[in-house]
Amino acid sequence: MVEINLWSGLRRFTDGELVVEVEADTIGKALDALIEKYPGLAPVIEAGISVAVDGEITTAGRNIPVRPDSEVYLMRRLKGG
Amino acid sequence: MAKDEFNTGFKLVGTRPNRPDGLDKVTGRARYGADMTMPGMLWGAVVRSPHAHARIKKIDASKALALDGVKAVVTRADFPTGLTGEDWNLQENSMAGDVALYDGHAVAAVAATSALLAQDAAALIEVEYEVLPHVIDVDDAIKPDAPAIRPGSADHSVPEGFPANVVRYIDYGHGDLEAGFAAADLVMEKTYLTEATHQGYIEPQACVGQLGADGKGEMWVCTQGHWFIRQMCSAILGLEVAQLRITASEIGGGFGGKTMVFMEPLSLALSKKAGGRPVKLVMNRAEVLRATGPTASASMDVKIGMTRDGRMTAGKAVFRMQGGAFPGAPVDSALDCAFANYDMPAVYHEGFDVLANRPKAAAYRAPGSPMAAFAVESLVDEMCRELGLDPIDTRLKNAAREGTKASYGPTYNKIGLVETLEAVKSHPNYAEPLGPNQGRGVASGFWFNYNGDTAVSMAIAEDGTAQVSVGTPDIGGSRASLAMMVGETLGVPYEHVRVNVVETGALGINEPTHGSRATFATGKAAVVATEQAIAEMCRRAAAEWDIDPDAVEWIDGSAQPAGPNAGKFPPMKIGEIAGKMSTTGGPIAGHYEGFPDGVGVSFGTHVVDVEVDPETGHTKILRYLVAQDAGRAIHPAYVEGQFQGGAVQGIGWALNEEYVYGEDGRLQNATFLDYRVPVASDLPKIDTVIVEVPNPGHPYGVRGVGETGIAPPLPAIANAVAAATGQRLRHLPMTPVKVLEAIQAGQDG
Repeated sequence: MVEINLWSGLRRFTDGELVVEVEADTIGKALDALIEKYPGLAPVIEAGISVAVDGEITTAGRNIPVRPDSEVYLMRRLKGG
Repeated sequence: MAKDEFNTGFKLVGTRPNRPDGLDKVTGRARYGADMTMPGMLWGAVVRSPHAHARIKKIDASKALALDGVKAVVTRADFPTGLTGEDWNLQENSMAGDVALYDGHAVAAVAATSALLAQDAAALIEVEYEVLPHVIDVDDAIKPDAPAIRPGSADHSVPEGFPANVVRYIDYGHGDLEAGFAAADLVMEKTYLTEATHQGYIEPQACVGQLGADGKGEMWVCTQGHWFIRQMCSAILGLEVAQLRITASEIGGGFGGKTMVFMEPLSLALSKKAGGRPVKLVMNRAEVLRATGPTASASMDVKIGMTRDGRMTAGKAVFRMQGGAFPGAPVDSALDCAFANYDMPAVYHEGFDVLANRPKAAAYRAPGSPMAAFAVESLVDEMCRELGLDPIDTRLKNAAREGTKASYGPTYNKIGLVETLEAVKSHPNYAEPLGPNQGRGVASGFWFNYNGDTAVSMAIAEDGTAQVSVGTPDIGGSRASLAMMVGETLGVPYEHVRVNVVETGALGINEPTHGSRATFATGKAAVVATEQAIAEMCRRAAAEWDIDPDAVEWIDGSAQPAGPNAGKFPPMKIGEIAGKMSTTGGPIAGHYEGFPDGVGVSFGTHVVDVEVDPETGHTKILRYLVAQDAGRAIHPAYVEGQFQGGAVQGIGWALNEEYVYGEDGRLQNATFLDYRVPVASDLPKIDTVIVEVPNPGHPYGVRGVGETGIAPPLPAIANAVAAATGQRLRHLPMTPVKVLEAIQAGQDG
């Protein structure tokens, strides 16, 4: 299991939970598991997000591995100038 | 492992060779967006709304079409329907549908055999409008009774019952906010305002587009990202993506503003309607200012708690930003950057993306970060003054370090904020004595940096020189830094590497040159591609020597046996291997397609000395110092240029630049005479200190450097003006009029 940290505005889609545990070994599987657990998150994730794994932020990389001790944060999608 | 951690004896990295595009640019040989001419080419012109908000009742192009030489007119009726999401937004922004949403919004376009004829024809297109109520200011637009600009634009994030123009809502944080404020000796809360500013690139948007009835097309265009142009034009016009070939011209500045389409789809639509003849569109400056993306304007409430000795205990940021008549104000990244400098036990952020009758905002250098820095770093300064604390020591006391939980969530890896603070503290500028009416300001800033879809190929030529094909247009010296990294890896001189920005048909998808990513992401990809080519050259040498390829290593541009047991052979130089590649297995090349990981965030700290004329309110910049963590400066002169460029744009944002609208919602200052960017005579030499805390995620330790530098100037200058005048200005820009009013009234402004 890996802990996914959500931003607090998403609590209304997760029964108030800010940290959700899912079974996953990649970012992609973690996102899929999140949607399965909380379907209300689907439009948020599909609209585009960034994910920080152990401090490193990526906007794609569904294949990026996550471990049970990984620090994973869902973030708003990053853009640059 | 990063090369940086075991090898700092670089031959090219860290040197300052001449730029590869230098001769082209000083001789006028460089080809920019408007330089392309094609056989049979037509010229386009765009009809734009003179109203901030108006229903389009009727468009009559009959008089225009009756002119000899006018070949096509397009309106929204010529575009496909049924688009959703951002594709719909982009289509709506490229060409108005039933409603014109801002002054300058395109409502029709015409193609003719000359530029003058196209302009004459555009003037003959009659548009009947029903003027609607408009709203310009973000704090007006968020009111419940404001005119609803685009009902149905709000996304899933907006709770029911919010005002009609709120299209995105964000809230997040961590820690016990109330306990944090309760633990403080001083709690201050202020509101700060910034106005919309334009990226101010010198080269206006320009393109030549061609599209046939078979759906195949081409475009030559000034852009930061031609794959984005291809994808956006395809979506807006209903084309198959791979049937468009887009070539990026040289670019005269972008700063984020050239990462999306504006009139490019119109050139293709006109071309198709004109039987496939190419159509050239070149914006004038007024069109650039009225109809291409400026950044958002912002209204920001910030509250911070601080102990008597300067420890920050809690922070709250509530930001309202308008990004024009479409979703996309950078309120999310602004919030993420707001407290990113600091190790704070409790933070809370709330943000509102608000529609207003203005052009669709585009990215602008570290989108959102400068506004956030202005609000938070100004308040930190106000609190330091109130408590009698040194602004640098206070920042050092609270500075985020490796292991700090960032205000936006994750834990920082290796970062260099402390080093930038220490660099400015020990710099001679910080010890310069100040005279009457002079003041010194300090502020820090942050940007994430970014990686993105990246495809690169590199190939060895027959003489052992190397070509590198990349998809990130060179807006800040990336061809030089890429050639240096490839040359360093390959062990060949810088001059032996040519980096080409190639068209979309030549590589897999590439994101634009944005997010400070070109030297980081394209550079990392180019190094990977080069290492593939090196491995192949080692295999070729091994085959000739009849030894195991693993027994060959690459040193200084040659394949060599990896020790005495591998056999005794003289080094085989790259030119020798390349010269016979056709008989040893064919072309030697490497490539990378992926999403380069290992992005490292970047911090900077600026110190500025100003003198304010008490009689005119004019602010003169006396000294300016930038210290920023570059990770590793591949080409230090370009890094310094990025630092200086960010500072200069920030100086303009702080002191002069703003979109000025009349009561009628029309932009009043759509020229560079009235929209005043800094010029050389406004500026002192910008001093720089390159801090190098290598990014472990890049083979040469690179962090992005292009964006962070625009964040600190806004608050640093505001803090300096406050020190010089005794009055705090919380509304940018700090024009002479505003400063003088504050001085004369003896009140903050």
